[in-house]
Amino acid sequence: MKYAAKRILMLLATMAIVSFLTFLAFDLISGDQATAMLGTAATPEKLAALRAELGLDRPFLVRYGEWLFGFFAGDLGVSASYRQPVWTLISSKVLVTLCLSLLSFLLITAVSIPLGLLSTRWTGGPAAAAQTVFNQLCMAVPAFFTGILLSWIFGITLKWFVPGAFPGLSVDFTGSLRHLFFAAAAIAIPRIAMTVRMLRSTIFSELQKDYVRTAISRGNDRTAVLYRHVLKNALAPVVTFLAQTMAEIVAGSIVVEQVFAIPGLGRMLVSSIANRDCPVVEAIVVILAFWVVLSNTAADLIQQAVDPRLRLGGGA
Amino acid sequence: MKKWNAYFAAGLLLAGLLASLVILGIFWTPYDPTAMAAGPQFAAPSLRHLLGTDKFGRDIFSRVLKGAGTTCSIALLTVAAGAVCGTAIGALTGYFGGVVDEFFMRLNDALTAFPSILLALVIIAVLGPGSKLNVVIALGIVFIPSYARISRTAFAALRDVNYVKSARLMGAGPGRILMVHILPNTMPVLLPALTIGFNNAVLAEASMSYLGIGTAPPDASLGYMLSEAQGMLAANPWYALGTGLFIVWMVFAAGLIGEGLQRREGGVS
Repeated sequence: MKYAAKRILMLLATMAIVSFLTFLAFDLISGDQATAMLGTAATPEKLAALRAELGLDRPFLVRYGEWLFGFFAGDLGVSASYRQPVWTLISSKVLVTLCLSLLSFLLITAVSIPLGLLSTRWTGGPAAAAQTVFNQLCMAVPAFFTGILLSWIFGITLKWFVPGAFPGLSVDFTGSLRHLFFAAAAIAIPRIAMTVRMLRSTIFSELQKDYVRTAISRGNDRTAVLYRHVLKNALAPVVTFLAQTMAEIVAGSIVVEQVFAIPGLGRMLVSSIANRDCPVVEAIVVILAFWVVLSNTAADLIQQAVDPRLRLGGGA
Repeated sequence: MKKWNAYFAAGLLLAGLLASLVILGIFWTPYDPTAMAAGPQFAAPSLRHLLGTDKFGRDIFSRVLKGAGTTCSIALLTVAAGAVCGTAIGALTGYFGGVVDEFFMRLNDALTAFPSILLALVIIAVLGPGSKLNVVIALGIVFIPSYARISRTAFAALRDVNYVKSARLMGAGPGRILMVHILPNTMPVLLPALTIGFNNAVLAEASMSYLGIGTAPPDASLGYMLSEAQGMLAANPWYALGTGLFIVWMVFAAGLIGEGLQRREGGVS
């Protein structure tokens, strides 16, 4: 428990650093921003007025403090290009991205563990080599290309969904889920390949340990040993790996949302970067970053929980 | 230690083929990649147009060759920038240790916890989208931490081995020890990291220009072409397929080389 407390303190510290760095980075260019918003109509008076309206005329630390406080109070500032509160712009998008991430996480978990177990049947020869090659191939296909292929096969050729026409979660929930499923598959495929590869190599290194030889010499068959003894030990690092996968899913969703025209946080982030809409970019980056930091912390805590050996060391 | 294995050889073969195509594409393409109406609109693949033509009658094969060159050059520049800076930081902090080392490692922890594409997007947002140089800078910065970490571990491990100690006794300065004595011996760790870095750079560059905030025409890269091709998917899927396959080819070849290098060192069973 001491470890958990320490880890949560670290989490808070990381979040503080991340939000501070993000705010600082965008502050460096936001002098630019008032000028950019006014364009050719800029006069010194108008600039000063807009700066005051956007709150750019006060000291940096004061603005950071206010922004951070506002962030947790649900006030993310006002979008520069839409002139609307950022939260009203992104609240519905958070839910879409959350659904997409959870769906791809479920897919990765449900497919990779059985596949990983299956893959340990072949220990050498051409079948194992073919597996390695296939695995490398899956990891080499970028998620957005998989996405385009999926929308070509299932969208344009088979017409199982309409590419680019996302119905919206509140309008047509099952239709939206079907749409999201293909996007989730595009994110999941390379990660499944990585998880399978990892599970396979952990199982093989476990199989070489003494307790396996003992169990087999006592008359257990290989399958029983695999499921009753080895799997328990081999799953621990995989569980951690899967928790870290959450971070990669967030990264994948930024691109894949664009492929399938899904109105989520990633798509909003990209269009806001193109529009140089700092408050929106800032808010989305910090939300995604918190998400990543949170799942990394969860990964560490889960690792502690499933592997008692780590706890003996005093939790350092 | 076996010098060759099937993965390494296959990877080198694929990479060599691709490299010669890409280098060819820099000097000569079958058609001008930007010339409108080099052929009919949406022609299917044929001997005249290996991958067919797009909406404007441009030859897709020529475009893809050109785009592969852009993607490749950006990836190589990025890896070079990231690896040189990262290895320099890793070498100095790993060799000398101390407070600076502590500081860099904490910073590194914070940065590597981040998905690289998100970090690159933030840097691009700050630098301004749409320029080739900014993409190289952004991705270069993103890749520094991983190289710093890897080389730091390698340099710290070799700091006190006997041949380094004897070089020090013979009066060699830190610069000479780092460059001549330790650096060549970190290659088994650094080389696979370079191939992985190349892959990540290709994928990251392609994602960014696919999103429309990486390189923009006239420096069109494979990622940008893929987004262009997506709009013509129903009329001519060959554009998307050809472009995508070139990316896969690039990453797959480098991946095989990396796998081969690792197996050569006996790291993976």
